[in-house]
Amino acid sequence: MRTIIISVTDKGIKNVMLRWILLIALMSFAAAAQALEYEAKLAIRDHKFDPAELSVPANTKIKLLVENQDATPEEFESSDLNREKVVVGKGTITVLLGPLDAGKYHFFGDFHQETAQGDLIVK
Amino acid sequence: MLGTGLLVFREVLEAALIVSIVCAATRGVPHRGRWVSFGIAAGVIGAILVAFFADAISQAVSGIGQELFNATVLLAAVVMIAWHAIWMSSHGRELATQMKSVGGDVQSGKRPLSALLIVVAIAVLREGSEIVLFLYGQAASGAGPLAIAGGIGIGIVCGVLVGFLLYFGLLGIPMRYFFSATNWLMLLLAAGLASQAAGFLIQADVLPAFGNRVWDSSALLSNGSLVGKTLHTLIGYDAQPAGMQLLFYAVTAVAIAVGMKVWGGVKTSPSRVARPHAHAS
Repeated sequence: MRTIIISVTDKGIKNVMLRWILLIALMSFAAAAQALEYEAKLAIRDHKFDPAELSVPANTKIKLLVENQDATPEEFESSDLNREKVVVGKGTITVLLGPLDAGKYHFFGDFHQETAQGDLIVK
Repeated sequence: MLGTGLLVFREVLEAALIVSIVCAATRGVPHRGRWVSFGIAAGVIGAILVAFFADAISQAVSGIGQELFNATVLLAAVVMIAWHAIWMSSHGRELATQMKSVGGDVQSGKRPLSALLIVVAIAVLREGSEIVLFLYGQAASGAGPLAIAGGIGIGIVCGVLVGFLLYFGLLGIPMRYFFSATNWLMLLLAAGLASQAAGFLIQADVLPAFGNRVWDSSALLSNGSLVGKTLHTLIGYDAQPAGMQLLFYAVTAVAIAVGMKVWGGVKTSPSRVARPHAHAS
């Protein structure tokens, strides 16, 4: 509040500078708020996702850990989420998502599409 | 076998389309077959290496190594295409004239063919590494060698066939417009690759998305469909693009177009007539 009063009463460059400082402070606060992450886990077993339906909160950054328990490689892919990442046999990858709007986002395993299908439920 | 063939086909198709455009763009250049073959060979070797080190790449740079690797090779391809397209726009007209008069015997001069070799290699490397990983998985989960070999055969033959169709279709373009047509195709190709690179940088959380999906045309034409995939490779079609991807697409397209105009004297530029062409012989 005080800064705003100063910026109103002051003039010229000082005024502009203070406004910028205020703006940057606000933006970094917003960024910090956004950085709060929700961690979710997804496993691949027998070329299927477990769980096949995964619920995560809306408007939050999500850190999705995909653990491939099979010995064979898989590619986690989703055009809804715009993601594409290889996960080797017995490997784990991190897929960063969001913040996402509420809704249903489909994903699949590119190498075993006949079985590896799943949905991310964002609410 | 068919399932294996289908996946191999989808990956081969993407690389084959890019190789076809490169082949069309290098029409009439002596020994270009050798350049393209070197590119493919380098891509295959690279694909095997990348697949072999997939886990190490994945774990690198605290888990975003795969994204950074993909974005880097894609952007490298963008730079190479831009370089070649701009070079061609300043020399393409003479090339077309020479081809008509001397019957295909064109002096390639200092044409940056190595740039296109890298583009071919990168296209093959990216799609090829997925094929190698997939086939390794198939083999590890007990698919017979016959099924795997058959799948590879079907996939490669079909993918290469589509590539040839595109190539011979492009050859149908009249010589007058040929090199400016292939140049614009290269421009769109580069813009699409830049958009893909932006996608990986967003995925790595290095860049903000500027809107996760600016539009959704997946009901009309999905990314997974054959046409969607083809257009994805050729002009960078994306059913659900992020804002940053569109920005990368536009900036790349405009930058190359401006480059072609400034250094190339493409059409419409009134100063073209006055500019002496050093190579016109």
